[in-house]
Amino acid sequence: MAEEKKLVKVTIDNLTVEVEPGTTILEAARQIGGDIVPPTMCYYSTLKGSGGKCRTCLVKVAQGSAADPRPMPKLVASCRTAVMDGMVVENITNPAVLETRKAVTEFLLINHPLDCPVCDQAGECDLQDLSYGHGVDTSRLEFKKRTFELENLGPYIQLHMTRCIMCYRCVYVADQLTEQRLHGVLDRGDECRISTYISKAIDNDFSGNMIDVCPVGALTDRTFRFKNRVWFTKPMDAHRECSKCSGNVRLWMRGEEVFRVTGRKDQWNEVHDFICNECRFEKKKVSDWVIEGPTKVHRHSVISANKYQNLKTPKEFLPEVMGGRDPKMLMNIHKVSGVNDPEIDLSKIPGPATSKIFDKEES
Amino acid sequence: MARKLLLEKIGIEGIRYYDAYRKSGGYASVEKVLKTMSPDDVTNEVKKSGLRGRGGAGFPTGMKWGFLAKPQGVPRYLICNADESEPGTFKDRYLMEHIPHLLIEGLIVSSYAVGSNCTYIYIRGEFGWIVDILEQAIAEAKNNGWLGKNILGSGFDCEIYVHPGAGAYICGEETALLESLEGKRGNPRIKPPFPALKGLYDCPTVVNNVETLSAVVPIINYGSEEYAKIGIGKSAGTKLISACGNISKPGVYEIEMNISVEEFIYSDEYCGGIANGRRLKACVPGGSSVPILPANLLLKTAKGETRMMTYESLSDGGFITGSMLGSGGFIVYDEDQCIVRNTYSFSRFYRHESCGQCSPCREGTGWMKKILWNIETGKGKIKDIDLLFSIQSKIEGNTICPFGDAASWPVAAAIRHFRDEFEWHVTNAEEAQRRNYGLAGYAEPLKVAAS
Repeated sequence: MAEEKKLVKVTIDNLTVEVEPGTTILEAARQIGGDIVPPTMCYYSTLKGSGGKCRTCLVKVAQGSAADPRPMPKLVASCRTAVMDGMVVENITNPAVLETRKAVTEFLLINHPLDCPVCDQAGECDLQDLSYGHGVDTSRLEFKKRTFELENLGPYIQLHMTRCIMCYRCVYVADQLTEQRLHGVLDRGDECRISTYISKAIDNDFSGNMIDVCPVGALTDRTFRFKNRVWFTKPMDAHRECSKCSGNVRLWMRGEEVFRVTGRKDQWNEVHDFICNECRFEKKKVSDWVIEGPTKVHRHSVISANKYQNLKTPKEFLPEVMGGRDPKMLMNIHKVSGVNDPEIDLSKIPGPATSKIFDKEES
Repeated sequence: MARKLLLEKIGIEGIRYYDAYRKSGGYASVEKVLKTMSPDDVTNEVKKSGLRGRGGAGFPTGMKWGFLAKPQGVPRYLICNADESEPGTFKDRYLMEHIPHLLIEGLIVSSYAVGSNCTYIYIRGEFGWIVDILEQAIAEAKNNGWLGKNILGSGFDCEIYVHPGAGAYICGEETALLESLEGKRGNPRIKPPFPALKGLYDCPTVVNNVETLSAVVPIINYGSEEYAKIGIGKSAGTKLISACGNISKPGVYEIEMNISVEEFIYSDEYCGGIANGRRLKACVPGGSSVPILPANLLLKTAKGETRMMTYESLSDGGFITGSMLGSGGFIVYDEDQCIVRNTYSFSRFYRHESCGQCSPCREGTGWMKKILWNIETGKGKIKDIDLLFSIQSKIEGNTICPFGDAASWPVAAAIRHFRDEFEWHVTNAEEAQRRNYGLAGYAEPLKVAAS
């Protein structure tokens, strides 16, 4: 008979949880949930070897274990540090951790273009969340930001390297999901970049998953680029019979139209069932899918906004007060005013413009 | 004359080749070890000698070997870190160029101690000609039965391979070195697991510096007690110092770790004083990544004691008033040197060599370099100095490998000790383009002991 696994007790921000040995601090924190979960930019639970690079999940280990109660000298990356029995971890209760997280956010943002208004990832971007939570509203950088040329990785994926934060997730996807690795990291230091070296197209059935794992808008879906904002589309869980993948996807719809197909992300923005390119890029009709129902979206998410659910419209009161008549526009400003008249050149008028100038009968 | 252990035979003609090396008593330690000692005896001997890692961190070598996991049926590896790329450090190069057989001998003994049948020398790519020297030495040793199967009939097999890197400083970090040796991109690994548990190809691995492994030879030859007698306290034995900068006699010197910094700079046996009769302004005692010290803190510690060339004395006072012995790259600055320019030059190096894996180092090193360039070229502002200090404090300790610390320490120390000069560069931008700040008060004795 298998012996019951001994659980280890770990305390994170004064909340205690019992987890299996070998669990990381981050996973233990996720079991507790709530505000004490460290943010992650590079860690992805379904990708082996990911994590440890972005340094946003750094926490303080105030007590190493019950057996060895010494604190760890440096902040540790919670995504790659295994818990020990009796470990005491400080995350949001330690000001030094928050200070460091702020610093890391600043480092991540100094070369980020901050082009959220035109970025397809806006609304579901991890870096956006991080900078709202831990960023400052001014930049101390007084230099030109680093930029790269746009690169098309085949017909479906576009690489916008300027936005990249080098989390290496897409490299792990390429290593672990696909047979042939076609891209990786070139150069080093602040010039390093994701590339296919000689602008080769990435061509394999699961390449689209690197769009899903990208925490920022560096890898975007070319079939969805600039089509719509994330928060205008409505996520629906759907599935279909697929010979290559599980076929469990999320459709991003507006009305009857399917704008985008992605994998199903859990509450930590991680996909567990990776989907194939055919499901992702080619099945964009509602009739291709069996729709299971709307996705539950966290109520604080921008995606859940503007969905007109349980909408209460105020009562029309004007006909009532006007004795049953419909309200009529009192005056159409565009018909009356000549302000928009291109014939009148305001720069040539002596003195300030008055109503006389726009009086059509006089002119 | 101080005792020489590593460079004892450097004067013998043809010592680079096997015949001369063997005639002068070379490979005696291999004979002694393989015929009379067990691997654990060798490890204990190294432990007792107090030998500390000469690559920079100064971790006791015997202890490191002791940590090595020894599971059954799994090969163990010894790797010699010859990726010596720190600005100011060139001791390993000297050793490998002139007495390659000393390293080979040390490697055989160490391989025996840790049980490595396959030993690698990871050498930096720029040392192309040294690869040839080492390979020739390995071939000579092999022809004479010191390498290969069943060495001296002891049943111990050992092969040594030289593997050149591709010119990245980061590959001197032990886990990045392992990645590079495995044929991957040289990104440092996240520790734990440490290489002693999972190193090269996930097998237990020991990574040691060239000088450390060479120092095993005299320890075995003369005995650990004899070796431990040299030096002061925990800084046992001799150390190679590569002295450069504004001194009369730059070069590689072997010192016993019991002389003072003042003696090392001014005595004729070593550096021979500051060149051209100038005065000492500052010194980086252990390669570019250790904190720079002004003359007044270099010769005497903050407590007023004489600073010695030992691990402990040089780090006396922590990073506030001390520095580190590091890898022994001793860079001396005279009164005509500009600390701002020097700090910029170091920062430029670290920006160029950052691997770009973790965010603070990737973004921070480039930012620091740009700010320092502004200050150096007279476009700086006073608040840039504080900004610089703030950036470095946020890189330090928050990165995967010690590279982040190495990039931030020189900037931190330069601002801490030479803030006047930085401010002068900002306020007298135009003048700073024409002349240097000079010695100022950096050699004057400290008025108040720093707390």
